[in-house]
Amino acid sequence: MSLLTLIGALPLLGAGLIYFLPSKNSDLIKKYVFAVTTLVAIGSIFLALGFDKSVTSMQYVQSNSWISAFNINFAVGVDGISLVLILLSTILVPIVVLATWNESEGGRWGVKTFYVLILILETMMIGVFAATDLFLFYVFFEAMLIPVYFLIGGYGSGNRSGAAIKFLLYSLFGGLLMLASIIGIYVISGNQIGATFDLTQLATLEIDNRTENFLFLGFFIAFAIKAPLWPFHTWLPDAAKAATPGTSVLLLGVLDKVGTYGMIRFCLALFPDASKTFTPLIITLAVISIIYGAFMAIGQKDIKGLIAFTSISHFGFITMGIFAMTSQGMSGANLYMVNHGFSTAALFLVAGWMMSRRKSSTISDFGGLQRVTPVMAWSFFIAGMSGLALPGLSSFVSEFLVLVGTYTRYPVAAVIGTLGIVLAALYILIPIQKTLHGPTTEGNENLKDLNLREKFAIAPVIAIIVVMGFYPKPVLDLINPTSEKIVTNAGFTDPVAEVNK
Amino acid sequence: MLTAPSLGYMLLSPMLIVFAAAVIGVLIEAFMGRAHRAAVQLTVSIGALLLSLLQLWRIRDLSSTTAAVDSVTIDKAGIFLQATVVILALIAVLLIADQDNFTAQASAIPGSNEEAMALQQKSQQTEIFPLFLFAVAGMMLFPVATDLITLFVALEVFSLPLYLLAGLSRRKRLLSQEAALKYFLLGAYASAFFLFGAAFLYGYAGTISLVGISAAAGSANEVFLLIGIVFVSVGLLFKISAVPFHSWTPDVYQGAPTPITAFMAACTKVAAFGAILRIFYIGFAEVETLWRPIITVIAILTMLLGSVVAIAQRDVKRMLAYSSIAHAGFLLSGVVALNKEGLAASLFYLMAYGLTTLAAFGIIGLVRDSSGEVTDLNRWIGLGKKSPVVGAVFAFLLLSFAGIPLTSGFIGKFAIFSAAYQSGNIALVVTGVLASAIAAFFYIRVIIMVFFTDPVNDSVSVIIPSVKSRISITVATVISAVLGVAPSLLLNVAENFSTFIK
Repeated sequence: MSLLTLIGALPLLGAGLIYFLPSKNSDLIKKYVFAVTTLVAIGSIFLALGFDKSVTSMQYVQSNSWISAFNINFAVGVDGISLVLILLSTILVPIVVLATWNESEGGRWGVKTFYVLILILETMMIGVFAATDLFLFYVFFEAMLIPVYFLIGGYGSGNRSGAAIKFLLYSLFGGLLMLASIIGIYVISGNQIGATFDLTQLATLEIDNRTENFLFLGFFIAFAIKAPLWPFHTWLPDAAKAATPGTSVLLLGVLDKVGTYGMIRFCLALFPDASKTFTPLIITLAVISIIYGAFMAIGQKDIKGLIAFTSISHFGFITMGIFAMTSQGMSGANLYMVNHGFSTAALFLVAGWMMSRRKSSTISDFGGLQRVTPVMAWSFFIAGMSGLALPGLSSFVSEFLVLVGTYTRYPVAAVIGTLGIVLAALYILIPIQKTLHGPTTEGNENLKDLNLREKFAIAPVIAIIVVMGFYPKPVLDLINPTSEKIVTNAGFTDPVAEVNK
Repeated sequence: MLTAPSLGYMLLSPMLIVFAAAVIGVLIEAFMGRAHRAAVQLTVSIGALLLSLLQLWRIRDLSSTTAAVDSVTIDKAGIFLQATVVILALIAVLLIADQDNFTAQASAIPGSNEEAMALQQKSQQTEIFPLFLFAVAGMMLFPVATDLITLFVALEVFSLPLYLLAGLSRRKRLLSQEAALKYFLLGAYASAFFLFGAAFLYGYAGTISLVGISAAAGSANEVFLLIGIVFVSVGLLFKISAVPFHSWTPDVYQGAPTPITAFMAACTKVAAFGAILRIFYIGFAEVETLWRPIITVIAILTMLLGSVVAIAQRDVKRMLAYSSIAHAGFLLSGVVALNKEGLAASLFYLMAYGLTTLAAFGIIGLVRDSSGEVTDLNRWIGLGKKSPVVGAVFAFLLLSFAGIPLTSGFIGKFAIFSAAYQSGNIALVVTGVLASAIAAFFYIRVIIMVFFTDPVNDSVSVIIPSVKSRISITVATVISAVLGVAPSLLLNVAENFSTFIK
């Protein structure tokens, strides 16, 4: 059993053992879950330390037969891209557990159920990024919806069951389209090289253009719903508003990345020709997402809705970077996924604390928090600045890379995309000004600043945002070789490199 | 002069055991005192089914086309299907054994003094056991029958007891009797169509054996063959409730006593699909161009109609009835596939679906108020809060029906759609996934009602299941769950057993 499998199985094991803890002692359960998830995070850091950056092929591979009748294997492994996403997921989970210590109470079910769902979700998040067998990926991709569905529906607020069902149905619909494509590619592999779900082997198939386009669309629509890309995004704001802040962090920070990750891993690798055919359309959708998300964010009155729409705008950038088909764009998109994960986490967690203190999620209810709760206000400020990609903070590097990478091939799209940065300044600065600065408005005078636990939870996130802004090299070193390989394998060469020659 | 036919008793023994037990059951009804009848009948039924299963295990490697002259073919797929029927029946009989579901005296008019008296005397209608065994035996014969007459006999042998059983509900008796009558009348029509088609096929081929019909294909005007296939198909499609022959399903599922609905939904599907698979794979495979387009269209309509109409249902039994219609559509994809993969996938699907169905109806039987079962979905609201375990199990079963990964329903769907894609029926696959997406909506809506909504009244509660029901529901759920995570256990067997011999 490889270290990777061990790390993936650990949360599931932890979820099983939770059964033996007394249900009444919720504090013990929380401490236990924090310990388990921290252990997983430490494990994944060891995974990264032992990763050989000079090799672009899969590492920590393991393959066992699962369903022999269809040649389905339990096959896992990581390359640079999946490794950083696993790191992102495993580091975020203990932070979320610590930051949202009391979120599990007051739900429809007990504390135990909440953490069982979180732990199962963590196993599936690791699994979905580690799977190198298409069928295994699909199983994680779909099964992952169930714990999230119960987390939103059981522990959220507002119209939680409506949001939960909308989330589930959108995702299931996309997933089922993808299933048709998976069956298609499986049968084609059976006709050509012997039925398989192994990704490297599937990439060698020769598929005629028409079929390839249809199969590509099956995958792409599923991922575009997940990511979410305009016009498939409408479930996200509802889900983000109804979910608890902790669930929202995992939903936007990690789960949505499965969409963009899937575009890279499956759309580009399995259907390079179809990807080329659809690139103009996808770039257009991405640009619309950037601008649309930004304008909608400016109009939001609700903090959670604001963050959700900023994410739609950011996912537009990521998708644009991926389909620009340049190595800078690809590296930028991958780095963006990580940075967006951390900056959204910071935004949602601090916003969550603000909302639970003020008992409101409306932006106009806040005002002058800087004077009352300086630490919370500064945290929110830094998170916000990272969201608008201020130079010196992590998001800037990735946004810059994406725009440079896109400009070399699609200058118009890049220029319009830049407009998104200007709008970002508006949608971040206006709420920050309203909530943090100016005189302290009524109802905000007696808010308490962050306590020690909350400070401990947010500190690592802020630290990562700042460090990654100045020194993104360690992560880029992991990402770059794989990104280049993906672009080359898809049959593209960098326009910039041509100029240099 | 007639010569005595030579019978392969060993090969026929699984069926003979069940038939014999059914006859013994009738004798018990006649000669045994009231007090011990129920217990003895149950013991006989379970014993016979277990013995039959053991016998099936012993003949698992044997095969013959002449087990009963030329009318019965025992082969790998036949044995698998018979075993599936017996296993599902074993689980179903434990649900049926909860006497509480059946009327005290079927002959008494609903609401009459006679009925009240029978209730007071706590008399029990133990005839259900022999009727059940006759139905099981008929279901075992149906998928191994290889001539049209035997097929018809088997069809009637398992249908007639079901018509009766459907009318024996203890509560809402008028609804139950109406359902039984409707089932009987429509079933009689369907049988007549089957016979009519059989006559045409005989006229065309000059033989009633499936192999003979297959050999005769192309020898004469194909119109007669087509008419024969169409009419025989009508009879069969009625049994699996394919569109447009589905209209009895919701009424009968709703009206019949819930354990009978469970048995019918699970086992009739196995038997009828077993027969359909054999007839189309052996008898009509040569002339696939004649019937494939028709069955493809029917499969598409069945999937879509079942999924769409289920959305509008407010009664859980009717909802599962439409869901079973949709599943019949999925299963028809395996028939249309007409390849070895399609057969193996269908075998797996039938077992997995049967188990899930039994467990689901088993749970429906537990949700009650003072006047009996509550099947109105609006009154299921908040059930998960009162009985989290029952709610969670039911939610799991619904997810399996919906085909979410890590459930047996998903593996079944994947297997059957990939077989259909392999045979080039991409339209079926696309419709199938779209129908699945629609179907997911109503399954998930029930989960929302059970879990995410607060209970509005307290009159509905989950009764504590008797040991028999508990064993039955647990076994079905556990096997279904195991098949979701480790489907190889059954898939490999299904693959080994997916051969029909001619």
